[in-house]
Amino acid sequence: MAEIPEHLLRRSAQAKAKALGVPFEQVLAEMSGGTLAAAPAAAPAAGAAAAQAPAAAPARSAPAIPEGVRTQRLLTVVKANAIQQVKREPTDKVSVWPHLVAMEFVALLVVTALLTVFSVFQDAPLLELANPNAQPNPSKAPWYFLGLQELLSYFDPQVAGVLIPGLGLAGLAAIPYVDRNRSIRPSDRKFAIMVFTFFVVASAILTTIGSFYRGPGFNFTFPWRDGIFFDL
Amino acid sequence: MTSNGNGRKTIGSRIGGIGAKLRGSEFWESVFRPGSPFRKGYSDSPRNRSYVIMNNVLYHLHPVKVKRHGVRLSYTLCLGGLSFFLFILLTITGIFLMFYYTPAVPDAYVDTAALSTNVAFGQLVRNLHRWGAHLMVITVFLHMTRVFYHGAYKPPREFNWVVGVVLLFLTLLLSFTGYLLPWDQLALWAVTVGSNMAGYTPVFGDQVSFVLLGGIQVGASTLLRFYVLHVLALPFLIVIFMAVHFWRVRKDGGVSGPL
Repeated sequence: MAEIPEHLLRRSAQAKAKALGVPFEQVLAEMSGGTLAAAPAAAPAAGAAAAQAPAAAPARSAPAIPEGVRTQRLLTVVKANAIQQVKREPTDKVSVWPHLVAMEFVALLVVTALLTVFSVFQDAPLLELANPNAQPNPSKAPWYFLGLQELLSYFDPQVAGVLIPGLGLAGLAAIPYVDRNRSIRPSDRKFAIMVFTFFVVASAILTTIGSFYRGPGFNFTFPWRDGIFFDL
Repeated sequence: MTSNGNGRKTIGSRIGGIGAKLRGSEFWESVFRPGSPFRKGYSDSPRNRSYVIMNNVLYHLHPVKVKRHGVRLSYTLCLGGLSFFLFILLTITGIFLMFYYTPAVPDAYVDTAALSTNVAFGQLVRNLHRWGAHLMVITVFLHMTRVFYHGAYKPPREFNWVVGVVLLFLTLLLSFTGYLLPWDQLALWAVTVGSNMAGYTPVFGDQVSFVLLGGIQVGASTLLRFYVLHVLALPFLIVIFMAVHFWRVRKDGGVSGPL
């Protein structure tokens, strides 16, 4: 540890002498002799404990500090975990490159391959030119709206066509704000899973009925008896 | 290595030298950021693997490391990533189709029919576009159910779920507007049935229907309107929402924890 500069030592000795009410020279002798070896955290006005440190060592004369040179002293070292709690549990992690990126790339290739093979063997439908005067029977919406079209045969159009999809979309968006349960454990959220599954299964059933079980006039049919009235 | 028996440089080594010179050039280093595998002197170290992500545009999509359970295929089934990939596939095939398509009556139908005869790979690209669009609706929906069953919408990810619902809605709208473009009987009447539902809106029903169709029934102005929505307006919107969606995935903390 570096020597305490003379002028700093004098200044702190003056302060301590004033605080303790003892002669300045006595304090200075004690400090320059004994307390230099004490813990660096000890502040000049730390009290009697520092003042009564063994003064056995002979006083050393501090080297002169050249004019204009600023010196510094390490007062204390506070370890990080003494003032803040660092909570970092070790987790099992892997690098995204190559582990995740490679997997995503394979998924991309697989989907591209499947889609290409399907597209080679199955052409997109193209019926005759649109004719506003000849409505086909039955007329069906795209498949993802067939659940709603199915609802239209049970409810008033304003309910099935506007109210239910509107509330459905709003309710879907509101899920995180309605579900105040913080747990993600399935056993803790049986109700939420039950309600969500109910709506998913209900919309799947309605879409299936609307797609395959509705024939001319949107009347109920069996696909194995009357054929399928469905285009993608 | 650098010379043959006559003490002259071989053609192979000259070409190799050009490659090495290019890879060390300032231009090359301005293109590939530090840590890129395409840079000179890349080695497969853990530090460089991290740099590949950290100094890369991918940093906006992926963290450097993820929890091991997060890369299990059975956890996410890649559904979100596949939805994004299908969007890109649909953009590419859609741009191809735009070269051969006129949004007018009856040109739209004639152009679509001509894809199978007059255009190289036209039918295949149209098939890819159509089946890919149906698949995207499915993957987006399944991605949503996957996120629900993992409880991945819980704090701090609530808002990203809302963004996801908007993306689902925009996906349906994109698919629906694209449905009309071939201008065949299927397109015309499916869209007529679908947009009739919008006409049931209380109070403003007729006005909503008129704005959507550009008239009182599906016609030439509807086709133009749906075309612009399909190729410009809705993709513009969905890209913005996707950017927010992906950004929030990164900011909110990647994949959710184990069950």
